[in-house]
Amino acid sequence: MAALIEVEGLVVRYGEDADARRAVDDVSFSVQPGETFGLVGESGSGKSTILRAIAGLAPISAGTVHLGGVPLGTTRDAAFCRRCQMVFQDPYGSLHPRQTIWSQLMEPARIHRLADGEARATRALEAVGLGAVHRWRYPHQLSGGQRQRVAIARALMLDPEILLLDEPTSALDVSVQAEILNLLSDLRDRRGLTFLLVSHDLGVIAHMCARSAVMAGGVLVEEIATDDLAAGIARHPYTAKLLQASDAYGEDRPG
Amino acid sequence: MAEPLISVKDLRVAFGGASGPIEVVRGISFDLGREKLGIVGESGSGKSLTGRSIMRLLPAGARLSASRIAFAGEDLQKASERRMEEIRGRGIGFIMQDPKYSLNPVVTVGEQIAEAYRLHVKASAATARERAIAMLRTVQIRDPERVFGMYPHEMSGGMGQRIMIAMMLVAEPQALIADEPTSALDVTVRLEILALLDDLVATRGLGLIFISHDLNLVRRFCDRVLIMYRGRVVEELAAGDLGQATHPYTRGLLEALPRIHARRPRLPTMQRDPNW
Ligand SMILES: Nc1ncnc2c1ncn2[C@@H]1O[C@H](COP(=O)(O)OP(=O)(O)O)[C@@H](O)[C@H]1O
Ligand SMILES: Nc1ncnc2c1ncn2[C@@H]1O[C@H](COP(=O)(O)OP(=O)(O)O)[C@@H](O)[C@H]1O
Ligand SMILES: [Mg+2]
Ligand SMILES: [Mg+2]
Repeated sequence: MAALIEVEGLVVRYGEDADARRAVDDVSFSVQPGETFGLVGESGSGKSTILRAIAGLAPISAGTVHLGGVPLGTTRDAAFCRRCQMVFQDPYGSLHPRQTIWSQLMEPARIHRLADGEARATRALEAVGLGAVHRWRYPHQLSGGQRQRVAIARALMLDPEILLLDEPTSALDVSVQAEILNLLSDLRDRRGLTFLLVSHDLGVIAHMCARSAVMAGGVLVEEIATDDLAAGIARHPYTAKLLQASDAYGEDRPG
Repeated sequence: MAEPLISVKDLRVAFGGASGPIEVVRGISFDLGREKLGIVGESGSGKSLTGRSIMRLLPAGARLSASRIAFAGEDLQKASERRMEEIRGRGIGFIMQDPKYSLNPVVTVGEQIAEAYRLHVKASAATARERAIAMLRTVQIRDPERVFGMYPHEMSGGMGQRIMIAMMLVAEPQALIADEPTSALDVTVRLEILALLDDLVATRGLGLIFISHDLNLVRRFCDRVLIMYRGRVVEELAAGDLGQATHPYTRGLLEALPRIHARRPRLPTMQRDPNW
């Protein structure tokens, strides 16, 4: 099967001079349609920058990104937005504080001049489990979990194939995280969505993904199957260290 | 039985609401010995206010009542503000959630540690400096002489947290309240900070109150755990017995955690009972 997302030799450099640090350093991976591919690693390892580069929010210094076999240029057009949407860690920061939920949902429909915006917004709210009463609320009148549902609903407005998810549950309590992860799994299964999921939490990555890439210092150190993670098999020493640190104060190991 | 280091009975904290005071800590009681006591619960459950009540560092507008808050037998509700200041250093150390906000941005970290020392011990500037450097070494800061002269903004998260621990320890407290001391840290750094805390508790015989939202962490790190929900302790267990927790909230929390080694297609979600 052809890859839906294909990242090859991606370099993101911040700063002008020759010694500018590479936030992302020659990273390659591909994601199949319908797959949830994980990017895991510690803070500053370049995970968000990869998502931002794909979304056109970070400068690509070298390398290519293909979506469905088509190379992405330097700017992201309307067609890109219809295929690929991003959800951020902090829904409070990504939602407008003084606009109602409904008006924020309608915004992508306005920008893309969609005639059926209202029907889409109604479906999107339903899809994320929010009732019609939430339409006229403002972000501060919602809980953290509800705000993240709104951010997901907004990402669904254009019926994308791909969601770029940047730590979508890291700001939430575990009980709310469970609800949002279940919601994401349901959406993926029902709509055949493809996810590129960033998290610093190996548990979240193992739960959601069958395959993931381990990042350290801008470099993709290894790609690992979750079955191997679950069995405690890590080839690269950094992955082993990450797994050991997660396990030290993590769940009880079965058996 | 030996006098507990910290004793709290029927602690309540309320804030004024539009229609009368709203109680957010609703009758907490526990004793701390020379042990690691975990307080775990979701955000807003009252963990930080419980810690701050003991230190008498509540936000403005908070109303506290308790039938007892004592440190080594001394009634803290009757202590003068001056006496509280002594207790806050030499008696009970307090590590706040975000070290960046607890450090003075325009004073070097070394000066701040030295100053914390001289607040509690009569010592010359030179002695205080020596103590501060020794303490930086204790918390495993490499090149402590150089770090002494650095400013808070030059610290990484892990270093900042070590500085906070060092600052608290120069006063040689008998008990320690750590509010989410590792929540902002990467897992590998977290491992180092916890090993450090564990070692300090063991070698100095400290009593530790470890506040966290991470149930797995607390059950592995602490001796005993209080589970808080909406201002109450709903369950208290030896850390090793958490697997046998009976309260549905505790069980719900454990079940909701994604697992690395035992995958499940869906995560069980919690049905909250208004009677909890
Ligand atoms: N806008 C920016 N300008 C300069 N440096 C940046 C910028 N965004 C990120 N970086 C740097 O790039 C590196 C990777 O950051 P990021 O992708 O946010 O990591 P992660 O998401 O894995 O925590 C870090 O060293 C960070 O400081
Ligand atoms: N300054 C304040 N004014 C009003 N309410 C407050 C204030 N500080 C905390 N609260 C309320 O008290 C409750 C408990 O807070 P806190 O102890 O900080 O919770 P935790 O540390 O468990 O997350 C929260 O619901 C919060 O809304
Ligand atoms: Mg990030
Ligand atoms: Mg708190």
